[in-house]
Amino acid sequence: MHEEIIMAGFGGQGVMSMGQLLAYAGMLEDKEVSWLPSYGPEMRGGTANCSVIVSDDLVASPIVTDATAAIIMNKPSLGKFQDVVIPGGSLFVNSSLVDEKCGREDIDIYYIPANDVADEIGNSRVANMVMLGAYIKKTDIVTPDSVINSLKEVLGPSKAHLIPINEEALKKGAEFI
Amino acid sequence: MAKVLMKGNEAIAEAAIQAGCRYFFGYPITPQNEIPAYMAKKLPKIGGTFIQAESEVSAINMVYGASGAGARVMTSSSSPGISLKQEGISYIAGAELPCMIVNIVRGGPGLGSIQPAQSDYFQATKGGGHGDYHMVVLAPATLQEAVNLVMEGFDIADQYRNPVMLLGDGMLGQMMEPVEFSAYEGRDLPPKTWATTGYDGSRQRNIINSLYIDPKALEEHVQKIYEKYKAIERDEVKVECYNCEGAEIIVAAYGTTSRIVKKVISMAKAEGIDVGLIRPITLWPFPYSTFSEWADREHVKAFLSVEMSMGQMVEDVRLGVDGKRPVYFYGRTGGMVPHPDAILEEIKRIRGDV
Repeated sequence: MHEEIIMAGFGGQGVMSMGQLLAYAGMLEDKEVSWLPSYGPEMRGGTANCSVIVSDDLVASPIVTDATAAIIMNKPSLGKFQDVVIPGGSLFVNSSLVDEKCGREDIDIYYIPANDVADEIGNSRVANMVMLGAYIKKTDIVTPDSVINSLKEVLGPSKAHLIPINEEALKKGAEFI
Repeated sequence: MAKVLMKGNEAIAEAAIQAGCRYFFGYPITPQNEIPAYMAKKLPKIGGTFIQAESEVSAINMVYGASGAGARVMTSSSSPGISLKQEGISYIAGAELPCMIVNIVRGGPGLGSIQPAQSDYFQATKGGGHGDYHMVVLAPATLQEAVNLVMEGFDIADQYRNPVMLLGDGMLGQMMEPVEFSAYEGRDLPPKTWATTGYDGSRQRNIINSLYIDPKALEEHVQKIYEKYKAIERDEVKVECYNCEGAEIIVAAYGTTSRIVKKVISMAKAEGIDVGLIRPITLWPFPYSTFSEWADREHVKAFLSVEMSMGQMVEDVRLGVDGKRPVYFYGRTGGMVPHPDAILEEIKRIRGDV
């Protein structure tokens, strides 16, 4: 098992934290992981992306050049990253914010209205977890339990009340696969 | 202790604290800001001191002072900030003071970019400041190695009374990877009888100084320091040889670039090309003899230095190979990171040549 994922969107959409949670969950399952952010003069509303590798083998380069999957949270990111996915890989598009379609026929493409789903369950900020739920369902790379356990570690006891809605978001996302 | 997922900069800061560093003086600059931020948060809680100085020059001279008083002390910055520290580093080397200096390198020259680079190799290994001196320069490739080298680096600094530099880059500082902080055994270190801890008549006065106005005295002082460097060159070289046995071409790369090269090695293997990697972990002292020994092997046809610079370490690779095999160079600079495909392409081109 060797997964190289690019996650991209606007700053503030939880792109970085989605990547960190996946890396954290992989580590909890004793897999080799790395997380690499794009960094620069970025801010809320600007573009942000990160690369995550989850593997059975030691991670050589943390830079993702041939992605097995990409999670696209906004429109500019679709143009930028749809071609990075290798044939046979998968693309997850947040169709709430991206009205374009990807023309590639050599990859699996999932259109998930993540913001609408997140709004339905009561918090638009869990749109990233809807996408992550779909991604881990498709790839089986880590279990939803590991993601939730990571989230508990990251949020700490003071924000434990946010766990159920995140769990719900992961489940809703998985239903799109 | 269990593994934790940490950012490189934070892992470096935590490793310093666990190695007993209680004093940190710095000035903000991307992409290393998480180091001072971490120190600012943690040090006051454990009886240490964090000061954001008014400039890099001020920060490095605070390091001089704290080290002179016998403390374990660190500063960190990124390329332009490290340039500002050079005067202080030369004084620290001249006064034989131990300390840890972290450079999370970004693109240069000038204010440059904030993306990862390795274009401070010359500055780190060949001086930077004025005068005859060397720093021990440690170049980790993974966050776990960064943690281990920070801890050992403080001991190396104390053992030889010399500044040690940890040379990373923006990628190493910003990425996250699992790290484990196991208790560091530590070296047997002599007590710091030279430190200026307050004169009470019970010992000779200690003077910390780098001014030797009599040239004969200065020459003797520098020669004494160079005896120390001989011992460091003999005992402290660290290098990793990866897949070199049977390799046609050996790539030289350090830090994050070496990780990209490891990916290239597996890509090359899939196409039936045997490529090895010599990864200097200490950039000074440089593993010259390792290169010399592999250059003597029949199966090795050429060397290729891959760097995020216009070609700096390649000069040391040539000194090591000593004309026995051709030495090529491939690099990207300014904050651009070499692509594995481009490195593989270069390897194939060299194969056609030799």
